[in-house]
Order: sequence, then C-alpha cells, then structure tokens
Amino acid sequence: MHPAYSVIFFTTSSGFGYGLAFWILILSLTKVVDDQWLGGIGLMIALAAITFGLLASTMHLGNPGRAWRAFSQWRSSWLSREGVVAVLSLVFISLAWLGMVTDVKGNFWVISSWLGILTALTTVLCTGMIYQSLKPIAAWQSKLTTPVYLTYAILTGGFASAALISFFDSEGQLPAALSVIAAITLAGMKISYWKRASRVISLTPESATGLGKLGKVRQLEAPHATANYINKEMGFKVARKHSEKLRTIVLCMGFLAPVILGLIGILNDGLSQVMWSIAALLSIGGAVVERWLFFAEAKHAVSAFYSS
Amino acid sequence: MTSLPKSNPAKSLGLVIDLDTCVGCHACAVNCKEWNTGGHMAPLTDLNPYDSNPDGVWFNRVHTYEAGDRETGRTVHFPRSCLHCAEPQCVSVCPTGASYKRTEDGIVLVDEDKCIGCKLCSWACPYGAREYDPHAGVMKKCTLCIDRIYNETLPENERVPACVATCPASARHFGDLGDPNSDVSKLVASRGGYDLGQELGYKPTNKYLPPRTSKKAQERSTNDDPQNGLLRWVDRLLSN
Repeated sequence: MHPAYSVIFFTTSSGFGYGLAFWILILSLTKVVDDQWLGGIGLMIALAAITFGLLASTMHLGNPGRAWRAFSQWRSSWLSREGVVAVLSLVFISLAWLGMVTDVKGNFWVISSWLGILTALTTVLCTGMIYQSLKPIAAWQSKLTTPVYLTYAILTGGFASAALISFFDSEGQLPAALSVIAAITLAGMKISYWKRASRVISLTPESATGLGKLGKVRQLEAPHATANYINKEMGFKVARKHSEKLRTIVLCMGFLAPVILGLIGILNDGLSQVMWSIAALLSIGGAVVERWLFFAEAKHAVSAFYSS
Repeated sequence: MTSLPKSNPAKSLGLVIDLDTCVGCHACAVNCKEWNTGGHMAPLTDLNPYDSNPDGVWFNRVHTYEAGDRETGRTVHFPRSCLHCAEPQCVSVCPTGASYKRTEDGIVLVDEDKCIGCKLCSWACPYGAREYDPHAGVMKKCTLCIDRIYNETLPENERVPACVATCPASARHFGDLGDPNSDVSKLVASRGGYDLGQELGYKPTNKYLPPRTSKKAQERSTNDDPQNGLLRWVDRLLSN
C-alpha cells in the first residue's frame, strides 16, 4: 500500500496525543500527580498533537471541504466512527483541561476526565479497526493490528508524560515503568505481526482469476502500458526491499533504546528528565518508521491480478 | 446510507463474462470509456493523455493471462470491472454515504457530490474496480451503464451496458442474476460460471464462464496419439 505521509503523521501524532492525554488524566484522577500547571501544559501538548494529526489526516482528502459528511455513517464505517469519537474526545479533553487550569475539580471535571480517557482510547481503537477490518489486505487482518495502535499510544504518551512529570519535580516512575513494559510487549506483538504477515496472502493469481484449474496463472500482458491509480496506490514495492533493515530500526530505536533509557531514568533520579525525554522522542521516531512499514509492506489483494 | 440493504435487492443486475470467447480486443474498455466519459460518472479524467506517461480512469481493464503449462495450458483474455457484489465492503467502509448499493437492482454507485475522496473504498475492493480521479477529488466506478439500461430514448436492444453492446465476440452478457430463470442465470448454470476470489466473501454478482477445455489438448495429453500424420487424421475422423 502507498504510505501517505498525511496518514502516517496523523496516526503517529494523534496516537501520541491521545496517549499523553490518557496518562495525564488518569494520573490526575488517581491523584498520583496533582499539579495544575503540569496538567494544563500536558493536556495542551496532547490537544495540539491530536488537532495537528486530525488536520493532517484531512490533507489527503480529495474534497476536504466536505469532511463534515464523514460523521454520518457511524453505523457501518470505522472511519466515520473515528471521526465522531475524535470530535467528542476533543470536547471532553478540552473540558478536562479547563477544569485543570482553573483548578476547579468538581464532579463535572471528574466526569469529563473519564469521558476524555474513554473517547481518547476509543478513537485509537477506531483507527486500528479501519485497517484491521479491510479484507483485501491480509497482513492488516491480524488480531494484533488494533492492539498495536493502542499500545503505541500508551507507550509514546507514557514516556512523554513521565518526562513532563519529572520536569515538575514529581514522581514519573509509574508511567515510565509502565511504558517500559508497554515497549517490551509491543516488541513482542510486532515480531509476531511480522511473522504472520510474511505468511498470509488474501488472493493468489489462481484464486483471483478462478483459472487455477488450468494450472499456474501468470500475467502475459497487462491491461495498460503505464501505471494506473491501482498500481500506484496498492502496488507499492519500495519497502519490501529494505524491510529487514527498517524492522531492525523499529526494534532497536523504537523499543530497545527507550527500554534501556527508561530503566536508567527509573534507577537514577538525577538522569530521569533527560532519559525519559530521549526515550519519548525515540519511541515516537520508532512509531513513524513502524507506521511507514505498516503501510508500505502491506500487500493488497488486487496485486494478484497483476502478478506475472 | 452505507449500511448494506437488509433484504436481497429486487433484481441483481450484472454481467456474465465468457473467458472462452473473449478475444482480448479491448473494445469493451474503449466503448465503456467513450460512453462513460459523457455519462453518469463523467468525466473519466485523463492525466497526461498525450504525454509519455498517460494515466486515467477506466472502468474496464483487460488482462491477458497464461494459465497452465504445455498441452493443457492456454492464453486467457480477462476483462476486469466492478462485480457489483452482494456484500461490497467498498460500500460499508464509506464514511459519508457517497457509496451505496441500490435496493431495486443491486447496482453499486458513488454519489460524487458526497464523496470526500478518502480513497478507503478503493482499499476495501479486492478487485481493483474503483479508480480515483485526482482532478475532481472523487472516486469513480462502473455504473453498469445506469444511463443506458434504463434509457427510454434508446432503442430497446441498445439498453445494455456499453461494454456488452460493443463486444464483437459476444463474450459479455447482461441480465438479472437474481432470477434463476433469466437467460444469464441459465448460461451461468450450464457453463459452470463462477465468482472471482470467492474466499473473500464479497459474493460478486458478475459471473465468469471458464474457458472450455480444448478437446484436442485433452486427447493429446491423455491418449497415445498415432505418430503418423495420416493415421492421426483417420483416428480423429473415426473418433468423432
């Protein structure tokens, strides 16, 4: 599949924003941290990342002006559901932010915070389901697709919140430790996803054309001499050549390094600010590479019609 | 509504494509382009039409395959277009309601005024039936020539899709595949018509008729033919 930069930035940036909002809200609700400024700035960064991501996602649309129509088909479409929940999440997280900066934390704040957490995670879930539900892309039909999106939000937001908390002289040990666990889990999930992805195939030239009874099927002549939309959008091949290298980058830069840095920060209070900040940046960098691979490596069923 | 119709459509209009008689002339693709560039989905945009890398929207694409090896192997011309599936995921993924399946005849259409050009429907189609028009910023697809088949200003025998009307080999047939007594359904039953990529569960309406097994090839691969030319001729004459 063609890796559109707008979609990669949307999923990484809003995933990070939702993860950060999740951590700030849950740590504030449970009173693990209780700092008006920490909450205010944390949620501000989260809202900025989410909004930037949502705006980026409209950039790949052919008619962005009609984007409001995408809120209508939530009964059948995961993309529509994502749009609806994303807007709700912005409302609830903004309300929670307002309570945080004005330091008015009554029942209303508690309810909007919990709804903020719920809608944040649901939006990421919808993002994952958009891809996981697509039948023509066998690799994405893995049960791990959506959990990977969710865990990535927890991981990237987790190290960022730990770093932020440490800058406010509070204890960021809890989110840092849980992010380390998330990174290790995610590494396992990705390895298992890649293993399955190399095995599964949705259509073969024989089953696609139904000519398998005659024997092996290969394309003798393509329908058109130059690449068409289908070839350009679904037939992306660059990544397959470099996939081993890029997977190693995801594992080392995105998971291994943040785990080591996260642990150093946990064991050494003086280094925690620097370590967790770098861990957050590296895990986000890893997420961008992972997301690029997620699209670029995925093989679409239609390629069976074109295989020679 | 992009939810699929709950009951079966009253009719299931679609095509039956005979892979035995298709000669791969691309006339269906050309006549389709000609009609539809002025039809319901108009225009079928061309990018760089006079350049070295032309690209553009076509609703029919004719592949040519080699299937099998040696005596039983053969060349098969293979027109590919929208199959107007009974369970089209291209419709249910659409966030705006631009993609829909008609309850009256099962045709899958795009309302271009509602399409935001997110391209997700083209990802959800395993058959590559939807092609994006970057000029208009909307998705385009086969309409089964909705503006021909119901067009009362055309003579009745011309109220068939453009690809069917033009096929010089009569390899394309149009009709109601939901009615077991229609000509197309009978044709499918008698020739063993099949669904493309049926393991994905889209339940295509369009059916493909398999190439007939050549008698000559069958004989050659199974029998010990007499080597002598005259004897072989006599043998064949007598076995008929």
